[in-house]
Amino acid sequence: MSQKSIYQEVILDHNRKPRNYGSLHSPTHHATGHNPLCGDRIDLDINMINGHIEEIAFQGESCAICKASSSMMTNAVKGKTSQEAESLIQEFREMLVNGEEKDLDHLGRLKVLAGVRDLPTRVKCAILPWHTLHAAMNSADSATTEADNHANELVANTH
Amino acid sequence: MKMADALLTPAARQTTALGMEQLRADFPILDIKVGDNPLVYLDNAASSQMPQAVIDRLVRYQKTQHANIHRAVHHLSDLATQEYESARRKLQRFIGAHEDREVIFTSGTTDSINLVMHGYGRKFIESGDEIILTALEHHSNIVPWQMLAEEKGAHIRVVPINDAGELLVDEYEKLFNPRTRFVGLSHVSNALGSINPVKRMIATAHQHGVPVLIDGAQAAPHMKIDVQDLDCDFYAFSAHKMCGPTGVGILYGKARLLESMQPFKGGGDMITSVSFEKTTYNEIPYKFEAGTPPIAAVIGFGAAIDYLEQIGLDAIAAYEHELLVYASERIRQIPGVKIVGDCPDKVAVISFVMDGIHPHDVGTLLNQDGIAVRTGHHCAQPIMQRFRVAATSRASFSFYNTKKEIDALVEGIRSVQKVFAQ
Repeated sequence: MSQKSIYQEVILDHNRKPRNYGSLHSPTHHATGHNPLCGDRIDLDINMINGHIEEIAFQGESCAICKASSSMMTNAVKGKTSQEAESLIQEFREMLVNGEEKDLDHLGRLKVLAGVRDLPTRVKCAILPWHTLHAAMNSADSATTEADNHANELVANTH
Repeated sequence: MKMADALLTPAARQTTALGMEQLRADFPILDIKVGDNPLVYLDNAASSQMPQAVIDRLVRYQKTQHANIHRAVHHLSDLATQEYESARRKLQRFIGAHEDREVIFTSGTTDSINLVMHGYGRKFIESGDEIILTALEHHSNIVPWQMLAEEKGAHIRVVPINDAGELLVDEYEKLFNPRTRFVGLSHVSNALGSINPVKRMIATAHQHGVPVLIDGAQAAPHMKIDVQDLDCDFYAFSAHKMCGPTGVGILYGKARLLESMQPFKGGGDMITSVSFEKTTYNEIPYKFEAGTPPIAAVIGFGAAIDYLEQIGLDAIAAYEHELLVYASERIRQIPGVKIVGDCPDKVAVISFVMDGIHPHDVGTLLNQDGIAVRTGHHCAQPIMQRFRVAATSRASFSFYNTKKEIDALVEGIRSVQKVFAQ
């Protein structure tokens, strides 16, 4: 296997033991994300209290990259305001789509996912949970990776 | 040595590994590396690779024979027309069609099926009529019929499959009733590789007076096709899955049916006369070949047929079956790996799932070893739903693959398991 493999310990660990996995009893916000390319699907529940993400949970069927990204995302946005979460979504997307090296430090552990940008067909897998979070916070019921024009430029569409 | 020798008998190949080496040397792309690893190309069901003979034919056409066809009186136009029509006769012979005008060049299998939907379906299928499809169809043999059903108020009935990925022929026979108007059926499942008993199923449909379209995209590259023996009404396949170029395929149709159909696309070449008061359509096959076709690709398709016939479809089928048996045995032995659709009558396609590892991750990791497989739903989501999986990994073999490459696949699958066992 290549040394550059994205399948590093952190990602495999989040895939095996996803954090915040499951559903919330009566979430204030919910969205379902779907990647038609590979059939990945995640359900995301949020409890927003006073503009803060108090609780967050996800579940679904997905590849390791999508599951690790979901797991790490839920850790990263818990306790944040929706505005803070939106800017993190933006920064995460820029890291994967534009491949900008500048100042990734504030993304913290999410940086391990930067390597996905070398796998253009897998960028959508990593971005799906972030789309879904955006959809949930904006009270849309569903998100799809097909709506991301930036990601589409990188990803060969099929079917 | 002749290329056919490379595939003729297992014994012959054992005495000379050189046979396969020479055959593989016909395909320049097989020499490339993916990173540090030699390419192991096991995505032939999606698209096969092109031998030098076909590449050379495309270049020769473009350098010395190109002009538009069926148009001008000059030398090049005449030459290009002859070569184009000669490719049609090659295809006619290849599938055993009665006449060359029964072979229509299309942009591929999807286009061929859409042609039948528009030309036959929209003319003859009415509200309340029924169309029979199977649970094994590719989306391209589902969606056009759904569009037609929606437009006309017709209904789609689906032949179910069993756990081995075989059609339930008894159930198929029960679906016929006086409103049944059409059957669309794949010869071979693209996602699983199952070979369907199409001859028997065609005979059943004909007992009810119902015409049958066979989607042969996954069959024509791997076995001898005889449309008169099958007695199918329509048969469709694509060049790029059988060593030819992309962008071209054929629709075979019985002349009587093709003549009864309305045109699909309007334009040049498909007419005999045009005025604003009345346009007269051309004879078949030209009635269905509007506009300038992909002439180079058609001629390349002819060269691909020559190449396959030189090896021999029977030799190809026998050798690929040997690959299938070997690969199936080896993959079945790996704990945690399950073949989806493991029936005896298959072409050399293995769809598999791995415990706790998503096919997309399998595909990415195998790629790091230079191994190309297809992962996803294979444009056959109803099959995925039937087996309750979101996706599978699919290794699909061609006559230029080797047992050594199957060993590399098995080794690759074990490496994937090791990564996920960390």
